[in-house]
Amino acid sequence: MFGATLLLAFREIRRHLLRSFLTTLGIIIGVAAVITMVTLGNGVTASIKDQISSLGSNVLIVFPVQGDRGAPRSFKQADVEAVRRQIAGVEDVSGSVSSSATAFHNGQSWRTSVQGVGNDFLRAQSIEVELGRPFSREEESAGKNVCLIGPKIRKAIFVAGSSPLGANIRLNNVSCTVIGVLKERGQGGGPDQDSDNVAMVPLKMAQRRFTGSSDLQYFVIKYDSAYSSTTIQDSLVGLLRERRLLQDTAANDFNIVDTAQVNQALGAATGALTAMVAVIAGISLLVGGIGIMNIMLVSVTERTREIGIRLAIGALAREVQLQFLTEAVVLCCFGGAVGIALAFFLSWGMATVIDVPFIFNPLVNALSFLFSALMGITFGYYPARRASKLDPIDALRHE
Amino acid sequence: MTPASSRDAPLIELEGITKTFGKGEAAFQALRGVDMRIERGDFVAVMGPSGSGKSTTMNILGCLDVPTSGIFRFKGIEVQALDRDQRSLLRRRYLGFVFQGFNLLARTSAVENVELPLLYRGENKSVRHAAAMNALDQVGLAPWADHTPAELSGGQQQRVAIARALVTQPDVLLADEPTGNLDTERSIEIMQLLTRLNGEGITILMVTHEEEMATFAHTIVRFRDGLVEQVERGDRGGTAGGA
Repeated sequence: MFGATLLLAFREIRRHLLRSFLTTLGIIIGVAAVITMVTLGNGVTASIKDQISSLGSNVLIVFPVQGDRGAPRSFKQADVEAVRRQIAGVEDVSGSVSSSATAFHNGQSWRTSVQGVGNDFLRAQSIEVELGRPFSREEESAGKNVCLIGPKIRKAIFVAGSSPLGANIRLNNVSCTVIGVLKERGQGGGPDQDSDNVAMVPLKMAQRRFTGSSDLQYFVIKYDSAYSSTTIQDSLVGLLRERRLLQDTAANDFNIVDTAQVNQALGAATGALTAMVAVIAGISLLVGGIGIMNIMLVSVTERTREIGIRLAIGALAREVQLQFLTEAVVLCCFGGAVGIALAFFLSWGMATVIDVPFIFNPLVNALSFLFSALMGITFGYYPARRASKLDPIDALRHE
Repeated sequence: MTPASSRDAPLIELEGITKTFGKGEAAFQALRGVDMRIERGDFVAVMGPSGSGKSTTMNILGCLDVPTSGIFRFKGIEVQALDRDQRSLLRRRYLGFVFQGFNLLARTSAVENVELPLLYRGENKSVRHAAAMNALDQVGLAPWADHTPAELSGGQQQRVAIARALVTQPDVLLADEPTGNLDTERSIEIMQLLTRLNGEGITILMVTHEEEMATFAHTIVRFRDGLVEQVERGDRGGTAGGA
């Protein structure tokens, strides 16, 4: 009996294929939106977490901001040295400056950025040198014309398969020797910055030849995990306020970013986004559900005679009700399935485009499908009930 | 038919059946005290002008409607006391319906239409199919089993409808103007089919406007103004009840 009812439902839907499709569009869009957003959200979160963890754990980033007294004041190398010497628990600390530049080699040119750093920076940020070596002590202290190039630069200006080590490249008009190639880190590493498209040079060299000042744009600190982030931050704030001669009442004119805090903030932001998407999807599904109810009511009216025939030959009220309810559920499940398929391609395609991992979430997919079925029951109940309440005599007379 | 039967339990017994539609001033009394007995194996033609109460009576006899007052016994069961689902089960078990407008499911093959009542009896697919083919064979339509109603003539559609009514091997076949939409030749074919089925033991109750069709029945019940006006025993003999 149930098998026959199911078969009948499929047949009814097939008879009105276009109508069924249009009716379920609300559900298709709702389901596809939910799954796509959750999948992409997971991908983005995973991607950002990955980047943050690539910055290294137990890392603080310090940069100047506008204070009470106007424009931001840059940090100097002396600040970095003071932090290194005076704050307990600091393992590595290094300033950084960067500037955009064009790299030339063998007639090839490539837009990239130059970042002046020390080996401490590489350690603090867990940046690995895949080929070659990091800076030597002498290269750092003298600010020699050497560079570590990101994998994208290598790909752009070197012949595939050739070793760039020892080659001289030009960054703007500064010639420097390639001593190493950085390991690929993926996107990110800062605003407008591609961590794989960067040429790292000794800090002093960058200040002398590119930025033209002894200012630091920001510095990073890697601290011993035995110390808490708050302890380090408190000492850091005290030291920097003192060094920057801030009055007790003045606000900090610098910011400290803790990657762990960024992680938390990210989680909160993603949560809020997910909640918003859930609300939008909920509205879409509600509208879709009303559409289902509407079309089921139309279907009941259209098929009044059929219902009359079924009742006359002995169908029970609940059998008629089951038939229409099954139809609504099958319709919604059909919408859910199409939505899931759509979401799969959408989220896969969009994940590829925005370059985040595609993480298939079976739970969300299963829940969406179940929810679709539930909508069929919710919104199919009233029309099915109405069908079952029809009077067989009136129904048979219906034209 | 109306006089006291020699048999103890007639198939159908109506006692003082009334039916009122609407309420208050708009109320309309369609039946005003109908008494009737129908024996097993009878072939009854119910006749009368529009509004005479014949259709209302047929609806009550078909367990589709209940009387406002009075007693309707079917196989000794007091139908007026049954609820909707119990009456559905009674129809499913004992009754077959044939309508003027055929009332087949559109875009559904003849054999599937005939299978429909068996679906509600919970028969499995192979049993349903075999029984439906057998019923179609009885009405001479086995070769048209896969045709949809739109592909069949009116007479053929009515024969499919008769097959659908027969497939459950009902005790009673109720036919509401079965020839109303057919030409004379098709009508006579249908009446011959009904006569044959009646000869095989099925009790037939038929509403008709046409005297010519009524002559196929053993008994003619004429209605007027919500009452049975006259009962004629036909000259065809047969198994009609009554004394």
